[in-house]
Amino acid sequence: MAYVAPGETSLVPPAEVAEVDLYHAKSWITKYVFSQDAKVIAIQYAFTAIAIGLVALVLSWLMRLQLGFPDTFSIIEPSQYYQFITMHGMIMVIYLLTALFLGGFGNYLIPLMVGARDMVFPFVNMVSYWVYLLAVLVLIASFFVPGGPTGAGWTLYPPQSITAGTPGSEGGIVLMLVSLALFIVGFTMGGLNYVVTVLQARTRGMSLMRMPLTVWGIFIATILALLAFPALFVGAVMMTLDKLLGTSFFMPAMISLGEQLEYDGGNPLLFQHLFWFFGHPEVYIVALPAFGIVSDLISVHARRNIFGYRMMVWALVAIGALSFIVWAHHMYVSGMNPWFGFFFATTTLIIAIPTALKVYNWTLTLWKGNIQLTVPMLFAIGFIVTFLNGGITGLFLGNVVVDVPLSDTMFVVAHFHMVMGVAPLMVIFGAIYHWYPLITGRMYDEALGQIHFWVTFVGAYTIFLPIHYLGFLGVPRRYFEMGDTSFIPESAATLNAFVTVVALIVGFAQLVFFYNMARSYTKGKIAGRNPWKANSLEWQTEEFPPGHGNFGATLPLVYRWPYSYGVPGVAEDYLPQNVPPDEVVTDEGPGASGA
Amino acid sequence: MVVVYALILVAVGTVAFHIFSPWWSTEIASNWGYIDTTIDITFWVTGVVFIAVMLFMAYCVWRYRYKAGRRAAYEPENTKMELWLTGLTTVGVIVMLTPGLFVWNDFVTVPEGAAEFEVMGQQWQWSYRFPGKDGVLGTTDVRKISDENPFGLNPDDPNGKDDVLVEGDELHLPLDQPVKVLLRSIDVLHDFYVPEFRAKMDLVPGQVTYFWFTPIRTGTFDILCFELCGVGHHTMRGKVVIEEESAYKAWLEKQPTFAKSMAKAGTGGGDGLKLVSSGGEAVTAGGESAR
Amino acid sequence: MGFLAHLTEKPWLEGESQGVDTDGGGIFSLPTPQIGLRVFLIVATVLFTLFIVAYTDRMVVADWRPMPEPWLLWVNTALLIASSVALHGAWVGADRGRIDDVRAGLYAAGVFAFAFLAGQILAWQQLVAMGYFAASNPANAFFYLFTALHALHLLGGLVAWGRTTAKVRRGLAPGQVHLSVELCAIYWHFLLVVWLVLFGLLLLT
Ligand code: HEM
Ligand SMILES: [Cu+2]
Ligand SMILES: [Cu+2]
Repeated sequence: MAYVAPGETSLVPPAEVAEVDLYHAKSWITKYVFSQDAKVIAIQYAFTAIAIGLVALVLSWLMRLQLGFPDTFSIIEPSQYYQFITMHGMIMVIYLLTALFLGGFGNYLIPLMVGARDMVFPFVNMVSYWVYLLAVLVLIASFFVPGGPTGAGWTLYPPQSITAGTPGSEGGIVLMLVSLALFIVGFTMGGLNYVVTVLQARTRGMSLMRMPLTVWGIFIATILALLAFPALFVGAVMMTLDKLLGTSFFMPAMISLGEQLEYDGGNPLLFQHLFWFFGHPEVYIVALPAFGIVSDLISVHARRNIFGYRMMVWALVAIGALSFIVWAHHMYVSGMNPWFGFFFATTTLIIAIPTALKVYNWTLTLWKGNIQLTVPMLFAIGFIVTFLNGGITGLFLGNVVVDVPLSDTMFVVAHFHMVMGVAPLMVIFGAIYHWYPLITGRMYDEALGQIHFWVTFVGAYTIFLPIHYLGFLGVPRRYFEMGDTSFIPESAATLNAFVTVVALIVGFAQLVFFYNMARSYTKGKIAGRNPWKANSLEWQTEEFPPGHGNFGATLPLVYRWPYSYGVPGVAEDYLPQNVPPDEVVTDEGPGASGA
Repeated sequence: MVVVYALILVAVGTVAFHIFSPWWSTEIASNWGYIDTTIDITFWVTGVVFIAVMLFMAYCVWRYRYKAGRRAAYEPENTKMELWLTGLTTVGVIVMLTPGLFVWNDFVTVPEGAAEFEVMGQQWQWSYRFPGKDGVLGTTDVRKISDENPFGLNPDDPNGKDDVLVEGDELHLPLDQPVKVLLRSIDVLHDFYVPEFRAKMDLVPGQVTYFWFTPIRTGTFDILCFELCGVGHHTMRGKVVIEEESAYKAWLEKQPTFAKSMAKAGTGGGDGLKLVSSGGEAVTAGGESAR
Repeated sequence: MGFLAHLTEKPWLEGESQGVDTDGGGIFSLPTPQIGLRVFLIVATVLFTLFIVAYTDRMVVADWRPMPEPWLLWVNTALLIASSVALHGAWVGADRGRIDDVRAGLYAAGVFAFAFLAGQILAWQQLVAMGYFAASNPANAFFYLFTALHALHLLGGLVAWGRTTAKVRRGLAPGQVHLSVELCAIYWHFLLVVWLVLFGLLLLT
């Protein structure tokens, strides 16, 4: 059977898709502030997430200064250091990456890519953003309460998180828990939208298997989030009660700094199980959208169909399902029943198989392609490298005995920064460059983009590769300072100083990115329609950049998958999803319509 | 071309760093050499994959770099190749996981004849307890902890009378004797780790956790807390001295027993510390406690 | 027709993936709000299930002291059932196009639901008066937690109920309020089932 049969009549019935009640803004306020347009909500989400993410970035510099030059920066107190770690980790994972991928990219891309005018519940979608903003404000407020923000580590393990020996164990932790609960409520509202829009609002011809992998990644990640966040919610509510009402859900009989507390019988491990039942899927909530987006970046910029589309979809579904039965690999040395180790090590290494397949298929998409080394493509390659590296170290930590010496060392820090810090950030940058012309109608500055990529990629790899080896050595994570030990050589201090310097350089290099984005918004070259010659629907809108209601008078009809790049017999090397078969321009040569 | 060189450089550089970096595991001092072996196996398997993927990518970027007018091959999938890759990956996973699970089985199965002793963690120091002449550790209760009875031993339990209590931060253990480490915390989570031993486990208030190992080399090693436990986490250190049996015995002799330390303090075991409700008001310790 | 059946399609073969959902956009032939509600109910189910898992984990610890169930809870259960039945009546009324039935059903459901909430507060007060504080035993703590959470969900439902009732009062036709009434009824039935499970759990343990 032919891959495409230009001229053949389509089987798509010509009927119209029912128009939805589209929301129409009546004033400036409802258009740009309390807007129900998913594209505006997406921008709001993105700006808020990036703003709070910058706070986390600055915190990481302060931490790095302390680790690199422990004797120089006596301004940083141990309690502050632990607060910085906690807020940095929590902000990066939840308030930056989760919000940006789902609230930002999800809102912008889902309706456009599936051919819908908007999300299905625009009002709920708007409320989702405002609740998220409230969560962020509560989080920021915790910096200013007496005692400061919580310093319990982003895992918030009780009893420590709510007892006196930990910074922020009075106000800070409560605000943290409240903020998380708000985030979850807000996310659930948005998440309902993303899922139902994908299920129900696809345009005619957009079957599930014709959706771009970006949509698949965000879709599966949203399902994971909807099912996993309740676990964090449960843990947060019960911990709040332990703190405020003195219940003993997680709190055993214990002493706190010389005084008996009244708690009794609670189980700290129950919290850990709840936390990681959320926490592991959370890793994939960040990773799966990145997987999806990077697949599209690679395909478009290598001018080649994504290799093994079906395998890519199945792997997303399989990873999503498996991610609910691996959580206790974070608890191998937590004191839980050690026999669980067998089960969780096995499931964890099994999840590596579909993940590895995705890596193979990305590289196989480059294979036999026609690779344009644009900035998005560079970031996509950067993603593959860092994700490959981070995925491999995940195999170490998943294999239960190997985790025993490595858990809670710097190896863990290096691992998760590679796999869910740097790798998703590579995709975020790549995606922003890729869709910048769609959103603004202008091109970014290519040279600045290249500089930004090289400094960020080389820098990030240089920061995190050596840190693994400190972990092998036995350097613990979450240590204000190493002090004197018999097993850590002098050279480790030199390494730490070096890493700090690189981290600062990488951090400041981000200014290049912001400058590029800001300047190009007014000064950038006007991007023609569909500058990447991409196939998916977001580039095929009547108005460019897409306006209110996304598409013109009628919704597009979809005739094929979004990966028709280099189809034999077609004149151009791409073929948008909505070009009717009888309008496809073929090359006249023999065997033109491909058999 | 820069990208091609960069990819090759990252691949080669990573391997070179691995080989030449001065930072690597400490010299092992316990029986857990198999853990190191499993790490080595994992390095070999994953290292091969890492290099293969990196070089393949470098090749693709070079061979299929953009040329105007060239067409990518249109090849939606290749089931056979994907099945092969799945199969090979599965083999790799099995090669890593199987030894891992065998070693884990050792790890969770404490050998007969392992000597028991207890590590007690509190913010931010370590203490230790040995079973004494009768070979049995006495029962404990957090509610019984007081200035006189810092371990919270149950004064009515005869097994506890001869328990040897070590409050300094130095722990001694005999060479070549398998030990089962019982871990107890009286406040928050901690984690007992000596990098040279390779084995660690969390201390969880309200329960007793354990792991086992056999010291195989004499020397003095650092004990560090490996689970965030508050502002003093990084100061929660100790030392463990591995020495010949005789030296160890001599050290143990010098440590006080529970009976002796109680006699010195001159009380029968104390009423516990002041009980503070989470609201802040003081309540008397006593009957209502559930255990 | 199921979600999974789509996953084996080969989308690059034109003409083959003209599956069921090319013509409606959706895989489920239900109105969008219905699907939204169902997805939400799944999330809520996960939430309550996790609370129950935590409950069973905590229950086995020695300090667990079961707490008495005031007889009032039986009355409240009856009220909640009545509320659900009334809303169901409204739904049937909307089906049959009888706006009077819809109105009566909605009013009755609201009255019963508020009575249920008031009853729950009374039960709390009785228990507190008897000295069962949240902090004194985990069994008590879970009781207050479960009832509060359930009540919050019901309050959220009452917002939807209020908007639906307002529509009826504004004189909309049965066809125009049908969907809202149906959504309310489904949500009410869900909360009734949740309550019965939680109440049963408290009774049994
Ligand atoms: C160049 C950027 C970054 C630098 C220099 C950096 C640096 C650090 C440092 C020094 C720590 C503390 C390590 C320790 O002693 O335990 C840390 C912790 C952490 N970071 Fe980053 N980080 C960066 C970006 C990110 C990103 C993008 C993420 C998102 C996943 C992230 C997530 C975390 C988490 C979850 C923790 C653990 C917090 C905890 O232990 O509770 N970081 N980071
Ligand atoms: Cu995990
Ligand atoms: Cu500690």
